[in-house]
Amino acid sequence: MSAASHATDHDHDHDHGPAQGLSRWLLTTNHKDIGTLYLLFSLTMFFIGGSMALVIRAELFQPGLQIVDPYFFNQMTTLHALVMIFGAVMPAFVGLANWLIPMMIGAPDMALPRMNNWSFWIMPFAFTLLLSTLFMPGGGPAGGWTLYPPLVLQTGQAFPFVILAIHMMGVSSIMGAINIIATILNLRAPGMTLMKMPLFVWTWLITAFLLIAVMPVLAGAVTMLLTDKFFGTSFFNAAGGGDPVMFQHIFWFFGHPEVYIMILPAFGIISQIIPTFARKPLFGYASMVYATASIAFLSFLVWAHHMFTVGMPLRGELFFMYATMLIAVPTGVKVFNWISTMWHGAMTFETPMLFSIAFVVLFTIGGFSGLMLAIAPADFQYHDTYFVVAHFHYVLVPGAVFSIIAAAYYWLPKWTGHMYDEKLGQLHFWLSVIGVNVLFFPQHFLGLAGMPRRIPDYALQFAEFNMVSTIGAFLFGFSQLLFAYNVIQTIRGGAKATDQVWEGAHGLEWTLSSPPPYHTFTTAPEVK
Amino acid sequence: MMTESRKSDLAAANRRLVWRLLLLTTAMFGFGFAMVPIYDVLCEVTGLNGKTGGRVVAAQPMQVDASRTVTVEFVANLNLGAPWEFAPSVARMQVHPGQFYQTHFRAKNLASQPMTGQAIPSVAPGLAASHFQKIECFCFNHQRFQAGEGKEMPVTFRIDPDLPSEVRTVTLSYTFFRIDDAGG
Amino acid sequence: MSISRIAQGSSALTSAALLLWSGGAHAEYALNMPRGVTTISHDVYDLHMQIFWICVIIGMVVFGVMFWSIYHHRKSRGAVPAQFHESTVIEVLWTLIPMLILIAMAVPATKTLIRMYDTRDADLTIKVTGYQWRWQYDYLDEGVKFFSTLATPQSQIRNATAKGEHYLLEVDNPLVVPVGKKIRILTTAADVIHSWWVPELGWKKDAVPGFINEAWTEIQKPGVYRGQCAELCGRDHGFMPIVVKAVPEAEFQQWLAQMKAQNATPTASDSNPRTMQSNTDSPTVVGGQTL
Ligand code: HEM
Ligand SMILES: [Cu+2]
Ligand SMILES: [Cu+2]
Repeated sequence: MSAASHATDHDHDHDHGPAQGLSRWLLTTNHKDIGTLYLLFSLTMFFIGGSMALVIRAELFQPGLQIVDPYFFNQMTTLHALVMIFGAVMPAFVGLANWLIPMMIGAPDMALPRMNNWSFWIMPFAFTLLLSTLFMPGGGPAGGWTLYPPLVLQTGQAFPFVILAIHMMGVSSIMGAINIIATILNLRAPGMTLMKMPLFVWTWLITAFLLIAVMPVLAGAVTMLLTDKFFGTSFFNAAGGGDPVMFQHIFWFFGHPEVYIMILPAFGIISQIIPTFARKPLFGYASMVYATASIAFLSFLVWAHHMFTVGMPLRGELFFMYATMLIAVPTGVKVFNWISTMWHGAMTFETPMLFSIAFVVLFTIGGFSGLMLAIAPADFQYHDTYFVVAHFHYVLVPGAVFSIIAAAYYWLPKWTGHMYDEKLGQLHFWLSVIGVNVLFFPQHFLGLAGMPRRIPDYALQFAEFNMVSTIGAFLFGFSQLLFAYNVIQTIRGGAKATDQVWEGAHGLEWTLSSPPPYHTFTTAPEVK
Repeated sequence: MMTESRKSDLAAANRRLVWRLLLLTTAMFGFGFAMVPIYDVLCEVTGLNGKTGGRVVAAQPMQVDASRTVTVEFVANLNLGAPWEFAPSVARMQVHPGQFYQTHFRAKNLASQPMTGQAIPSVAPGLAASHFQKIECFCFNHQRFQAGEGKEMPVTFRIDPDLPSEVRTVTLSYTFFRIDDAGG
Repeated sequence: MSISRIAQGSSALTSAALLLWSGGAHAEYALNMPRGVTTISHDVYDLHMQIFWICVIIGMVVFGVMFWSIYHHRKSRGAVPAQFHESTVIEVLWTLIPMLILIAMAVPATKTLIRMYDTRDADLTIKVTGYQWRWQYDYLDEGVKFFSTLATPQSQIRNATAKGEHYLLEVDNPLVVPVGKKIRILTTAADVIHSWWVPELGWKKDAVPGFINEAWTEIQKPGVYRGQCAELCGRDHGFMPIVVKAVPEAEFQQWLAQMKAQNATPTASDSNPRTMQSNTDSPTVVGGQTL
């Protein structure tokens, strides 16, 4: 794909640079500004959620209760998950979508710029509200991010505020998703057919539909919790003829697609980066698109694999077991395609590529444990243990989070016009890879040996691996400060980046100058 | 540079798309709630959660299958905050599918004030739930107990002869929930 | 990334590891799922190992190819990028082969699952009720019913005294069951959802308030088996262990008779269970104390 125009022409009547000062950020409707806001917000939440994780790991460093009360521990596990999922990973992907989708498809901005501003500005309020619950009488939510009743109904005064915060996050995500779909469907440059779109755009299109399909279901579920608690309904209350297990069905109908919402854009990012550094086109572009679509479709049929132990009838267990095993197939296809892209390429290993390679290996390990968890009879043993914790952290940390970090290193020179410090980037990479494995690999052993998840104290046979895991956690956590430092330094200055930045980079965004002008593609480029 | 007409076309296209997507959003919000009745129907058909069907009003007579004996176990549970005694009068019965049987549960309010409770039935295995029919049950109504009052409460039930043949034991469990304000 | 930096990193790691192993005079650690003491748990263990090795083999092949490529197809070695980018044959192959592997896996998994669901013809039914934060066991036909609560003293949890061998996995009244009998276990809960899990038995089952679930086990080997609540149930979720003591039938009957004698009100009572004493000593009881 090539583009004709550098779109730096300033002939538009309101085509000037950004406004000055705070109002630039408060009132901006520019996709680049909003992308930046999302990314910085996400980084902040990453560190807040990460601090909570370190509280958890510090308490688990040794057997016995040392640092926090068990109830506070439960608040930490609950908020850590909510902050990381809704505050760090999802907004990071939305931020990337904002920055990149218009530049990748040759659009001047997002389709609905004003709504874009609202989508973002809801988030800081939602999370201020959520985090403030920690200081309310009775503390923050402590029933787990899965919010299972009846336990979650024992939350103190924080309860309605938590629900409100979740509603706000949901509204923000849905508005973001609508905007992304409208941008992709309506604003593509002439010649940019669907099957020419970069994979990042494809995966986001599918993700946006997933978001619209399931965020409202979560909203429904938490609304029912609210009415059960305050308005005497009995959706989940057995005494009134309801069923607490029904909540789990509704929640996971949202929850399983949600985990794919957190990984499909990552697949897109990796599919952009690997061809660049292999200097070879992506292998199996069409099959990547179909695999993504089938993963999205199947993700609506597997939710009860999170509930194998609730006592479903045999037929139900079998159905969800088979469907879950099936979802591993398109996931495998993706991995095979990435490796075939590397095959007979001419690879170099700059930081984004290092993170992408680590993604392929470590995400696949998470996929393997996922496959093990899909085997229902074996899941009766694995369920609710550290084995599950290891599984989802492998797919989410060296999976989703590594892809976000890789994306940041990859596009930062384009966004800022400066090269990041490659040495520091590589140091960050090696510390992160070692840290993340020391942190999460032993958790497989802990789970298999019988350690339940979400406990603040444990029996003595779990002591060694918990200690190792905590050491890994601090190594990983503090290494991320290098990332923050590197990003800030790159924003402030550094070696000048070329327009193409990477020798093997292809696509419309690389035809723009680095940094790109405030308004880009005001005249649509011609895509051949 | 976009022409004015292309701009307004685009605005219209965006508006249409946004409306459709909002409609989808609303529909999915509705679907979340629709899952409640869907789930209930599924439960009734498949015994997903072991809930027994409601009251059988005009119970048609059924062919009694005297050649088959099913063990019915009775189990009583108290939810927290229900200061009662609650127990089946017999732990188990041997029954023939198709025939009606009656048994009792005993409950006593141990507190010094009146209390209201609601018993919730559940059957294991879930597969048997839809084949468990009751024409009389204390679980159909709220039960009010004076302070210290004890009651014998009847259940009249039968097992549908269609009960899958692999089921030989059916457990009927009641959990008493306290439902006046002070209850949990 | 220089070699020396990797070396530094790994040596730091090794010394941390050494520190751990020397400092940890704790109970034995385990790497893998226990094989357990029932035929079902053996089946589950076998399934687990099968799928594990399948994953290991696939992983070795896939990562092997990848690292081979990373080594050989480097620009610094003068590699020239090929330009191929699709092959329908290959795409079909690597969709079909995994499918076949999965079907091969699904067959034994289905068989085991069906066996796990077969609760018929049990010799004994025990109802397990989860409370915040203890378990209640009810031998339905015997009228024996008692609570089972964490026995580890607070001083150990608060690090004031040394932790005992079964720290957090010991209770006042264990669940006593006979070996070689099919035991049907009904689970329910009185407040929030709990989950009853003893790894050596091969499964866990949720305990849901208002609902009753069933499962079964047949323990082959006398012994003491420990587990924990597996579903987050509030503040002391980590402090409601499960101890199952499996004894020969005769010993079980003796224990049952003794329990009945102690328990004058056989049915219908939620009355104070703590008056009941722990069972008699047996060779498996550590130090003749609580389990
Ligand atoms: C090969 C594909 C995958 C399979 C077969 C799979 C399977 C499973 C299963 C069966 C569970 C339930 C385990 C239990 O609770 O007992 C589970 C949990 C989980 N998975 Fe996956 N998974 C896959 C990929 C992923 C991906 C890509 C993500 C996210 C990026 C993910 C995130 C999670 C999370 C967050 C949980 C735990 C949720 C919770 O209980 O809090 N998984 N997975
Ligand atoms: Cu899932
Ligand atoms: Cu519990």
